[in-house]
Amino acid sequence: MSQIAARQRIYRKSRSSIFHGFDPILTAAVAVLLVMGTLLVYAATRDWYARNGMDPQYYLKRHIINIAIGALLAYGTTVIDYRLLRAYTPFLWGSGVIGLGIVLLGFGTKVNGAKAWIALPGGFQIQPAELAKISIIVGMSMILSERAHDSNEAQSRDVIQALIIAAIPVVLILLQPDMGTVFIISASVVTIIAVSGASSKWVVGLILVAVLGAFVATKAGVISEYQVKRLQTFVDPNADSQGSGYQLRQARITVGSGGLIGTGLFDGPQTNGRFVPEQQTDFIFTVAGEELGFLGSGLIVLLYLIILMRSFAIARRTNDPFGRLVTTGVIAWFAFQIFENIGMTLGLMPMTGVPLPFISYGGSSMFATLIGFGLLQNVHARTRG
Amino acid sequence: MNQRSRLSLFVVQVLVISLLLALFGRLFYLQIAAGPKYRDAALSIQSRDVVAPATRGLIVDSSGVPLARNKVGLAITVDRSVIDQLPDKGVAVLTHLAKTLKLKYKNVYRNTRLCGELPAGDKTGCWTGSRYQPIPITKDANPNIALQIVELSSQFPGIDALPVAIRNYPGLAGVNGAHVLGYVGPLTDTDLLEGNGNKYFRSEIIGKDGLELQYDQYLRGVPGIRTVIVDRQEAVTHESQNTKSIPGNHLVTSLDVRLQAATEKALADAVRRGRAAGYTSDSGAAIVMDVRTGEILALASYPTYDPNIFEKGLTISQASDLFSEKKSVPALNRALQGLFAPASTFKSVSVVAAAAAGYDLNGKYDCPSEVQVGNRAFQNFDSKDQGRMNMKKAIAVSCDTLWYKIAFDEWLRDGGLSPKSNPNDYFFKAAQGFKITEKVGIDLPSESTSRLADRDYKKSWFAQNKDFYCNYKTRAPKSQQTPFLVQLAAENCVDGDKIRAGDAVNFSIGQGDTVVTPLKLTQMYAAIANGGTIWQALIGKAIVKTDGTVIKKMVPNKLGTINAAPSTIAFLHTALREVVVSGTAAGVFSGFPIEVSGKTGTGQVFGTNPNGSLKDDTSWFASFAPSKNPRYAVVMMVGQGGFGASTSGVGVRHIYETLFGVRGNRVIPGAAIFPSGKPPVKLPKISPATKPKVLP
Repeated sequence: MSQIAARQRIYRKSRSSIFHGFDPILTAAVAVLLVMGTLLVYAATRDWYARNGMDPQYYLKRHIINIAIGALLAYGTTVIDYRLLRAYTPFLWGSGVIGLGIVLLGFGTKVNGAKAWIALPGGFQIQPAELAKISIIVGMSMILSERAHDSNEAQSRDVIQALIIAAIPVVLILLQPDMGTVFIISASVVTIIAVSGASSKWVVGLILVAVLGAFVATKAGVISEYQVKRLQTFVDPNADSQGSGYQLRQARITVGSGGLIGTGLFDGPQTNGRFVPEQQTDFIFTVAGEELGFLGSGLIVLLYLIILMRSFAIARRTNDPFGRLVTTGVIAWFAFQIFENIGMTLGLMPMTGVPLPFISYGGSSMFATLIGFGLLQNVHARTRG
Repeated sequence: MNQRSRLSLFVVQVLVISLLLALFGRLFYLQIAAGPKYRDAALSIQSRDVVAPATRGLIVDSSGVPLARNKVGLAITVDRSVIDQLPDKGVAVLTHLAKTLKLKYKNVYRNTRLCGELPAGDKTGCWTGSRYQPIPITKDANPNIALQIVELSSQFPGIDALPVAIRNYPGLAGVNGAHVLGYVGPLTDTDLLEGNGNKYFRSEIIGKDGLELQYDQYLRGVPGIRTVIVDRQEAVTHESQNTKSIPGNHLVTSLDVRLQAATEKALADAVRRGRAAGYTSDSGAAIVMDVRTGEILALASYPTYDPNIFEKGLTISQASDLFSEKKSVPALNRALQGLFAPASTFKSVSVVAAAAAGYDLNGKYDCPSEVQVGNRAFQNFDSKDQGRMNMKKAIAVSCDTLWYKIAFDEWLRDGGLSPKSNPNDYFFKAAQGFKITEKVGIDLPSESTSRLADRDYKKSWFAQNKDFYCNYKTRAPKSQQTPFLVQLAAENCVDGDKIRAGDAVNFSIGQGDTVVTPLKLTQMYAAIANGGTIWQALIGKAIVKTDGTVIKKMVPNKLGTINAAPSTIAFLHTALREVVVSGTAAGVFSGFPIEVSGKTGTGQVFGTNPNGSLKDDTSWFASFAPSKNPRYAVVMMVGQGGFGASTSGVGVRHIYETLFGVRGNRVIPGAAIFPSGKPPVKLPKISPATKPKVLP
């Protein structure tokens, strides 16, 4: 009883200040990225919208609203009781699957060749795949950590259960098709299973399946034509000079032209001329590259490195297996999404439509990444207790 | 945390760090290592050079009358980037446009195709510029039609009408001048790539032929460049640089519009006269040169074309007519690109040869009806026996047999078919002294080199054709297997590299393989007239800036002197005067108040016309005047024009009439083109509004 009393005391103590329990370095790094992202979204849109007679602050305002909502979600996720989180997870997972189903059944809006959005009234859109990421990470972590006490390692039965949790939304996302998200989720799934202590056969096997799956998908035409095109132009940027090859080339030129110190915020001619499409969302890193140069865009990568290193520390320090698995899942999600997005902009990765965490304009992505950030903080806070 | 989990976490951490380091590395490469390259690429994406064309300089005659100037025209342009986007690729719009402009659809269609888009060998009328600049169908549209197109712009997507500066050849005093002036046109990709040392801008208009091409670097000026920064929709976001255009410089020529117009008319009349006499008369050239400087005062070629058709918009038939054999290739400038046997006009060279060989120019010679050369008899002109006469008379009546005899004797003396190691070659050397195989050096593009059938020529000819003649039966087409040609081929195979007796004999009367351009013959007669100096032929006199400053003066250039004793040249003066007084040109110049010296030529031509008829003789008249103190050399040539005197001789008389202000047989005071008796030396004031002075 005294134990419970002590816990409750800690809980009360942790609630005495709303910032108590937040990792200061992690929080500061995310806050800097959010501010930079806000400026970059503004830089990406203001000139063009002003010149075309539209509100130059249209995207800025919406982005700030998204951050505000996201911050509330992050705060909520941080302070929420584990038990409550676990209790909500099945609902989150279920609504994610239903959302993906709705998208596939034809209610989705088509953007850039993929049906991934549900249009909401008021011009807002929601992307169920973003929320599915969280539900998969939390759901898998739940199953793999809630095992019989006599065994400290995940059993194959648990692994299979966890894979089913992941497989259903992944298949639905595959059908959209949104290969970028599938790639990120797959990375998270393999990482969680690896860190859960499951047999290394599972890890090796899953990696093989993923590689094979990617190969078969490309060959057998599971991947739609627009994706094959994007893959081809990754290999040969001149193959489709006005389509995705054009975008990749423009992105590289825009980043490269920034040089060491960049053209200065709001002063990038490539950005202001909107030569790179989607530059406030998927290609926002080009704005940083051109206007802030190597110093500014390098700073962004450095901040990501700090966030991820802090997250590894959290994963290592926690005694709670669930918390560790959630943390590793979020790490893998963030790391691969960052690598895929910036890698695409710099010509290291094929073109996929994934946003840049904490920076890209877009509600669903902002909410999801800030909830992910909240999860990290939650685990961190519990560790202290 | 168990060991395996710890290890896995470590592996994941290493993986994540390496992913982010890869991003750092790539970022460093793109922005720092390759940064300058990408900055250039970005600049070329963002910036556009808007070229404000420079005003092209004028081309004026020696008294400042414009031969080429600029005017404002109404261009009807087609924007390919718009019409290509239409569902029917613009067929309906172009059809409508063709109807409105009263043109054939096919013309408009072809005018708007890039040359690369049309099949090889069928590119007539294609657009030599780029797809991204509006393509002009015409630059000189009727204002009412232009207005109609602008007002009904919804019916004409991609079609625009706008005022543009165009090149205009005003044709003052009735002058045509197409061959001398040339024309202008859009830059082609080859011009842009080769650049020939010049930096061009995409939309520039450059000289394509004639003086426009020759002096393009002076006339063109420097276009103004406004560099603007654009966005993805090509909307201008701001201006980064603005340099003003520098107008082109003016070209002052030695031509005189009135004389040029008269020369063109005299040539056209000569052609008409030749045709009226039953000759094919398909081409011609006439040149007036200042014998003291080599300046060209007039230069005409027949047939000609309207120099303004390029700016008006060339139809397909107009474009193909320019190079049509049936229309005698009007694009060809016969004065410097046509090669014809000089015939009897070449006897002036033979006089120099005979004098060098020691023949007495005042002695008496036979002019029999034929001369036996080896086993072949060479006939006199019309096979007439003219009896015994002095050489002056022989030139005047254009005796051939006298020259056959001398040429054959000299050939024998040089060893005949087995020539001495050091032959005298008086005839070849005399001809070489006139620098026949060197260009006249005229400041016009694409001058042909005249050809002298001397020993070197024979050797190089044989090296090239030996194979063909030695295998004539298998190589030559059936139609050319006549006994005569087969025998000729057999002879050519044996000793085609040798000067044969026939070659030597033909050479002396300007027949055979020796061919000259009319301009070369003019230069030769100018040299005879001025006492032996061979002047470079020049049309340009000076380059003058718009503010009147002289940038460059073209100075007369001595190319050499003919290798003849003063006494020989003096003899030629009397003999050539005799031609006009009592010889072959006496009738033509009877009563002419100015003393003229000259020589007729009637050159035999082998071969057939496209219609199957045998080719008629080339009609020549080469002359200079006044006979004492000569100032002008005038040469006229009419291809297949018949007799020298009646076709070209009359034409030359007409030119002299204008030059000296002669009506009938009287000199009208003040009517001469150059009142002081010589072309102006002082440079004129230049204004596009200058009108030619009207003569009484």
